Amino acid sequence: MDLYGNSVYLLENQCKGCTNCIKHCPTQAIRVRNGKAVISTEKCIDCGECIRICPHHAKKAKRGFIDAINNYDYSVALPAPALYGQVNHLEDVNILLTALKAMGFDDVYEVSAAAEIISRESREYITSHREKWPIISTACPTVVRLIQVRYPDLMDNLLPLITPAELAARQARARAVERTGLPPERIGIFFISPCPSKVTAAKSPIGYKHSDIDCVLAIKDLYPILVSTMGEVADHPEDLAISGKIGISWGITGGEAGGLLSDAYVAADGIENIIRVLEDLEDDKFSSDLEFIELNACNGGCVGGVMTVENPFAAKAKMQALRKYMPVSATHNVKTYPYDAEWTDNVEYMPVFELADNLKDSMAKMSEIEALCKELPGLDCGCCGAPTCRALAEDVTRGVAKKSDCSYVLREYLHKLTDDFHELNQI
Amino acid sequence: MPDVMELVYEVSNEDFTRAGEASSDVKRKLKKLGIPSDVIRRVSIALYEGEINMVIHAYGGKVTVTISEEAITMVLADKGPGIPDIDKAMEAGYSTAPDNVRNLGFGAGMGLPNMKKNSDEMNIETQIGVGTTVTMTVKL
Repeated sequence: MDLYGNSVYLLENQCKGCTNCIKHCPTQAIRVRNGKAVISTEKCIDCGECIRICPHHAKKAKRGFIDAINNYDYSVALPAPALYGQVNHLEDVNILLTALKAMGFDDVYEVSAAAEIISRESREYITSHREKWPIISTACPTVVRLIQVRYPDLMDNLLPLITPAELAARQARARAVERTGLPPERIGIFFISPCPSKVTAAKSPIGYKHSDIDCVLAIKDLYPILVSTMGEVADHPEDLAISGKIGISWGITGGEAGGLLSDAYVAADGIENIIRVLEDLEDDKFSSDLEFIELNACNGGCVGGVMTVENPFAAKAKMQALRKYMPVSATHNVKTYPYDAEWTDNVEYMPVFELADNLKDSMAKMSEIEALCKELPGLDCGCCGAPTCRALAEDVTRGVAKKSDCSYVLREYLHKLTDDFHELNQI
Repeated sequence: MPDVMELVYEVSNEDFTRAGEASSDVKRKLKKLGIPSDVIRRVSIALYEGEINMVIHAYGGKVTVTISEEAITMVLADKGPGIPDIDKAMEAGYSTAPDNVRNLGFGAGMGLPNMKKNSDEMNIETQIGVGTTVTMTVKL
């Protein structure tokens, strides 16, 4: 398994070396070196904030493309619930699902259907693990990565269940094998994703070894063809939808928590907000009666993913309209193949932010950082390529930057040099 | 190279929502140092409670945190009114916090008990009208 198999990468020729991305990265994983952004893969949590903020479109998400269906004898599309919020006036999910088939997939399996099963599994886990309350949602891979690198104390609170997309992939493959008689590896499972963190999760899953998702496609790549194909199939949709309100709602903040049928939850979204919640959780500042914490890295939930097209709040409104006349849940009417939704691997803390591997050296480094910080201007301007003066100080002690990378330090040094030179001239 | 590190914070009484700045910063630094997470947790809870106390009762003060390879020591010194009856103050649920503070969800009388619970050693020196110094140690 690739421990740090990030999906966010840099298009070097488009990068102007501006400091927008370094200032917005929640884990300070980016530096500008020699005029180009450099992403530290061990610190990157694939949140996509840099993709969102880059004015030069120099950040991209690795992902697959639809022509990969030709590599398989049979292909199944797994639409994320967030996809339903992207299109206007969607009254019948079957139109969208039929359009996916018309685009070349042999079958579709709604992630929202698997989400209803995960909702049920979550309810059981939460009820039987009171000692671990509040249980933290693991549906957003960025949240799991963030906790893994920054909140060791909260690792035990993670809900140890696979994501709805992963369960959908396993169910879809089992159904395809049954329907076609093909060997499992000849079946391609394509997840249509709102964000790059799900690309990473398919490549380097956390909590289990192998993902059944063969390829992750971006909602925004499929969107133009999807919308036009929907027009073609609108008057003769197939009956393909297998999920209800609970499943669909996973695409927006509060949806996953809503599926637990309990009010003792907190649901937060947006990377800065979830960091605040995690910090407070770590300090025991929440009520001990709280059962569940739903966290989504993107504003509005998955509908705010960086690979979507619609404004997340507009998408949320569309999903509310769509689910209005749906049954609460529909998965009980659908054949379910045997599954095990629990994580099989231990998830361990990754101390990527520690200064050294023993306390003595760490303290020496930190003293050095504190001393250096006092010499830096404290403007956090980012001109040196690090997001804050403290980050520069840390880089200097790690030996990857120089104090004179700071323009202010350099300017003062030059002033002193000219003064000295001037004095020398007087002699 | 020094074998101990000292971190000093002024706790302002101007705004109670700022109480917790010292404990947040200490927590962030202890994580960078690779201190075990259960120790960090105890230190930040104890320190946060102490900061809240300083803001509610003592018009702010000064926090000094010393980190060594053996222990983390927190000294919270204020020039507040002092504690008239320490035994009483240590009782769970006993509080002298004014109503306006209680209305904000503080003043449940759990501050000092929580500080004691989360530290290995706690010592209180107090003098009426002069101030209070609480010293807490969490061993590594």
